[in-house]
Amino acid sequence: METRKTPKPLAPRVEMPCQPPHVRRANFAEVALGYTREMAMQEAARCLQCKKPLCVKGCPVEVPIRDFIAQVAQGNMDAAYRIIKSTNSLPAVCGRVCPQENQCEGKCVLAAKGQPVAIGRLERFVADSFIAASGCEQVLGSTACALPLKGPRVACIGSGPASLTCAGVCAVEGIRVDVFEALHEPGGVLVYGIPAFRLPKDVVATEINGLRQMGVNFQLNFVGGRTVDVRDLQEEYDAVFIGVGAGLPVFLGIPGENLVGVFSANEYLTRVNLGRAYDFPRQDTPPYPGKNVTVFGAGNVAMDAARTALRMGAESVHIVYRRTRAEMPARLEEIEHAEEEGVQFSLLSAPVRFNGNEEHQLVSVTLQRMELGEPDSSGRRRPVPVEGSEYDLPTDLAIVALGTRSNPVLLDATPDLRKNKWGYIEVNEDTGETSMPNVFAGGDIVTGAATVILAMGAGRRAGQEIVRRLHGRGQ
Amino acid sequence: MPTTILRKESLIPGTTSKMVLHAPHIAQKALPGHFVMLRMSPQGERIPLTIADTDREKGTITIVYLVMGKSTALLEELDTGGSILDVCGPLGRPTRIEKHGTVICMGGGTGIAAMHHIAKGHARIGNRVVGIIGARRKDLLLFEKELASFADELLISTDDGSYGHKGLVTDLLRRRLEKDKSVFEVVAVGPVPMMAAVADTARPFGVRTTVSLNPIMVDGIGMCGACRVSVGGKTRFACVDGPEFDGHEVDFAELRRRLGAFRDQETISIDAHRRAIHGN
Repeated sequence: METRKTPKPLAPRVEMPCQPPHVRRANFAEVALGYTREMAMQEAARCLQCKKPLCVKGCPVEVPIRDFIAQVAQGNMDAAYRIIKSTNSLPAVCGRVCPQENQCEGKCVLAAKGQPVAIGRLERFVADSFIAASGCEQVLGSTACALPLKGPRVACIGSGPASLTCAGVCAVEGIRVDVFEALHEPGGVLVYGIPAFRLPKDVVATEINGLRQMGVNFQLNFVGGRTVDVRDLQEEYDAVFIGVGAGLPVFLGIPGENLVGVFSANEYLTRVNLGRAYDFPRQDTPPYPGKNVTVFGAGNVAMDAARTALRMGAESVHIVYRRTRAEMPARLEEIEHAEEEGVQFSLLSAPVRFNGNEEHQLVSVTLQRMELGEPDSSGRRRPVPVEGSEYDLPTDLAIVALGTRSNPVLLDATPDLRKNKWGYIEVNEDTGETSMPNVFAGGDIVTGAATVILAMGAGRRAGQEIVRRLHGRGQ
Repeated sequence: MPTTILRKESLIPGTTSKMVLHAPHIAQKALPGHFVMLRMSPQGERIPLTIADTDREKGTITIVYLVMGKSTALLEELDTGGSILDVCGPLGRPTRIEKHGTVICMGGGTGIAAMHHIAKGHARIGNRVVGIIGARRKDLLLFEKELASFADELLISTDDGSYGHKGLVTDLLRRRLEKDKSVFEVVAVGPVPMMAAVADTARPFGVRTTVSLNPIMVDGIGMCGACRVSVGGKTRFACVDGPEFDGHEVDFAELRRRLGAFRDQETISIDAHRRAIHGN
């Protein structure tokens, strides 16, 4: 692209208003408060409207970013919404939880100076401010888009970001979709994993209602591989999409791990988010009270668990990580938010064992200090234990956030599905098709634990392929 | 979609009931050993219950529960014609049922109902089924008639001697194992101390002992590890690897302690519920 001469120095990025740390650490309300209309228009005006927009290439679902921002700059929020919705079924979610710095905003030509257009915040503003009369209006601008009673049908297993996106892509094209979800609420990690202070549950519910209004039918309490088999669905539907995620938690494998008070991040977060244990006893799912909380791991899930523990009333929350801050896999913004709220970081430390009292309740964890040695095969310097450096950290609630593996429930019940060497489903990378014809898969069950937006990208690719085949065949 | 209660029957007034549910999708796939997760209200928690029986043609499953805390109290408030908000299943691995000879199926408390389904599976495949069930008193005994309808033998014990043998089910088991060499497996479902005692009793005889564990569960689909148990020194998830395991390998003491993890919250919950009902 030709560099355009900017007549005046570029305006700084418009900051996002947030709840102050000392207030928000005591509530589950959203931390980031969102732009006002004026802020959104001011930020949108910073976009250079590139002829070949690189930002779109950085977006796994290829939102026409330049075009929607042009509409925002002029104050046409509804038009902006329809543009976003043409490729993204869940814009209010993506605007909040995508790591934009590595995606669209990382590719923005203004990023070189650290001031890319705040694409995520704009997407969020547009999604939050649009109120549609119906789901069809959301996409087509018309209130009449009744689905044909006859015609192709698609089944999606799982209702996380990958499946929801695949369902949205198909529904827009007039294909009837049934989504089968094992839990009692749709949304996958959006409802059981990501806490309300990052992604309010009514935001997720609104996006899912949008899909419902487009004709997507949700069958809750249906477990893929148990209540429904892939092979049964393959017979009944024209195509099947598997998006069941990688939910099986990994534990540390150290002594004392089954003491009372040691939890997986999945259990801790599921109790609080899906079970709404923060509202116990009005809600029946009990939380496990912890005064001194220690979280193991340094990804986004670890940050979510640590910040949740603070809000549940912990007096101290430590994150234990065996490398240094520079290697922490969580988004910088999440790490900073956690620090501001009072989470303490015990870096270059690794757990050795959990210690319990006579009732076998957790009372402390023994840690060992580490130092960085020679680079390993991944190029990162390997943490090496320091001899004689063991120390005890008082802990009555430990949360293990080391990641997840593939859940065997659906895979064991579907031996025809070819798996890769890591135990995930093998797919054709271009189409998302598995070794079973017309059965597609995407998201964490293919890649292992990754991000919401990558799962959505996979759901979109598979959805587009399904649409191409079904419409090609039907006509 | 809520699940309709086709029939509710009180087995022990005020404490134990049986429900037949219209759940054709679950009935179609359910095998002995499977369980379901239930949720009674929009504010409710998820709780596991073993499937006590199925009828594929009628599309029904049967559950039996003991009223222990708030969630089972909410379940007990429902009646024939009512519905349960969420019923999810069938979950877990089914019982391993192979034709081998004589199997002793032991049940205690509401565990008798779950055991009955397993015993039925063994009877169907042609194993010789010896049922051993026990309770504190005669009137607390469940599923005697159902078991008698297919079991080759049914032995009964009560703590107070009001019916059958006076003493524990393990007395009956020991006597049986001493004289009967055709027993290839003992299956036990009941309270943790009962299952631990059965495993201890069978151990010297070298007989395979299978127990159905009942740890705390949240999702029931392998996502969280709340239900983890130590079996042969390894951590297993009861909801996806079990709930049935080798009784000689299970760390029952750890299971019992983990079951008590939320005792204070359970008390808070049931107290709040009673206050709400009695309106003060």
